[in-house]
Amino acid sequence: MTASGLATNLPVVLENVSVVREPVTILDRVSLAFATGEPAVLIGPNGSGKTTLLRLCMGLIAPSRGQVTWAGRTAAPPTRRAIVFQHPAMLRRSVAANLHFALATAAVPRTARAGRTAELLVLAGLTELAGRPARTLSGGERQRLAVVRALARNPEILFLDEPTASLDPAASKSVEAIVRAVVARGIKVVMSTHDLGQARRLAGDIVLMHRGRIVETAPAATFFTAPRTREAERFLAGELLV
Amino acid sequence: MSPDLSALELVITADPALLAIVRLSLVVSLSAAFLAALVGVPLGALVALATFRGRTAVIVLLNAFMGLPPVVVGLVTYLALSHSGPLGVLEWLFTPKAMVFAQTILVTPIIAALTRQTVEDLWLEYRDEFLAMNVGPLRRVGALVWDARFSLVTALLAGFGRAAAEVGAVLIVGGNIEGLTRTMTTAIALETSKGDLPLAIGLGGVLMVIVVAVNAVAWGARHVGERWAG
Repeated sequence: MTASGLATNLPVVLENVSVVREPVTILDRVSLAFATGEPAVLIGPNGSGKTTLLRLCMGLIAPSRGQVTWAGRTAAPPTRRAIVFQHPAMLRRSVAANLHFALATAAVPRTARAGRTAELLVLAGLTELAGRPARTLSGGERQRLAVVRALARNPEILFLDEPTASLDPAASKSVEAIVRAVVARGIKVVMSTHDLGQARRLAGDIVLMHRGRIVETAPAATFFTAPRTREAERFLAGELLV
Repeated sequence: MSPDLSALELVITADPALLAIVRLSLVVSLSAAFLAALVGVPLGALVALATFRGRTAVIVLLNAFMGLPPVVVGLVTYLALSHSGPLGVLEWLFTPKAMVFAQTILVTPIIAALTRQTVEDLWLEYRDEFLAMNVGPLRRVGALVWDARFSLVTALLAGFGRAAAEVGAVLIVGGNIEGLTRTMTTAIALETSKGDLPLAIGLGGVLMVIVVAVNAVAWGARHVGERWAG
């Protein structure tokens, strides 16, 4: 048990997992583990199964074959894991009210919510916009809000699905700054990205996926300097993996 | 004096008979819309979010009941409230309570069906986030209804509009008794048949003003609210 009294989620282990939506095999016999430590970054072309893998790890979908375990348990409510979707839905409320709602669902005591909301707003750099309707925020502001809203659950593992896709460089930079702050808090980050530069900047470990399979996993430094597989070499060279 | 000018005079001088009819109409229709909302909003939200056998049939029925013929509702309510009916002991027949009861039956499916559609659309948008946040069923319903509140105003308006404009049901269960159960719509029908056009035209004008004013206020509230809440 953790200090908060909630059961731990780590490590998240996928054992020979497949996800099949006939006639398509989205994930094919994937085995992987995420434990505490540096961020793990999933890279690979569209349709390689990155989003499905994140949803599986979050417990939002069930595997067709194989099993996912959280600290050895096959069923674990998502009490201390959180996810930020590529296009996060903003509740039709103010920025602060979005955070209040997330804190309430995480059973944070009512008396502590205002303080936690203020702290999360500072982390996201959204204090000035606390009263603004969340749906009127820019893309970058929305993603920052979505990340800190996920942090309201006090997760020990945070899944980010292409958090900077379709953001401009300045907005991407601000989201990456929050991700670094999240990592500095000791939260395990598992994120997917198309952006190799972003993977270089953030990753501790790289997982290269292609056609629903894990092609290569390696520490980022090793992967970028000495990839072991032909697919990894081609991907790093900017060739299209189809 | 022409009927139009006489009607105008009745409205401008706040004719007591006309005011009494307008007051009763508003009380009956607003009460019915309120009671229908109490039933229809949770019912619509439940159907939107629950998965059960026969859900599609329930949705089809709800949508079909939006077009319930008022005279049929009036007839069924009349039979239920008559002395020999199952609700005869209430002794509501030919009272405003019977009119509210009948209109509530008429309006509830409208509010429930529109709520179902609104909440279901929002649920599709929120679904992944709520599952990831492990939001429980009760909080889920509360949050969806709260966030859809400005859209639900339209559902409530549609219900009020239906209640305020219908004549068949209130005529059958209310009896159009002067000073007791006479509403704007029943009075218009009666006075027109008697040839007393000034009162009928005056009431018609007031009814139109009320419907337009309520819609305008609700439209304004909705747009201000959406700007505030996003």
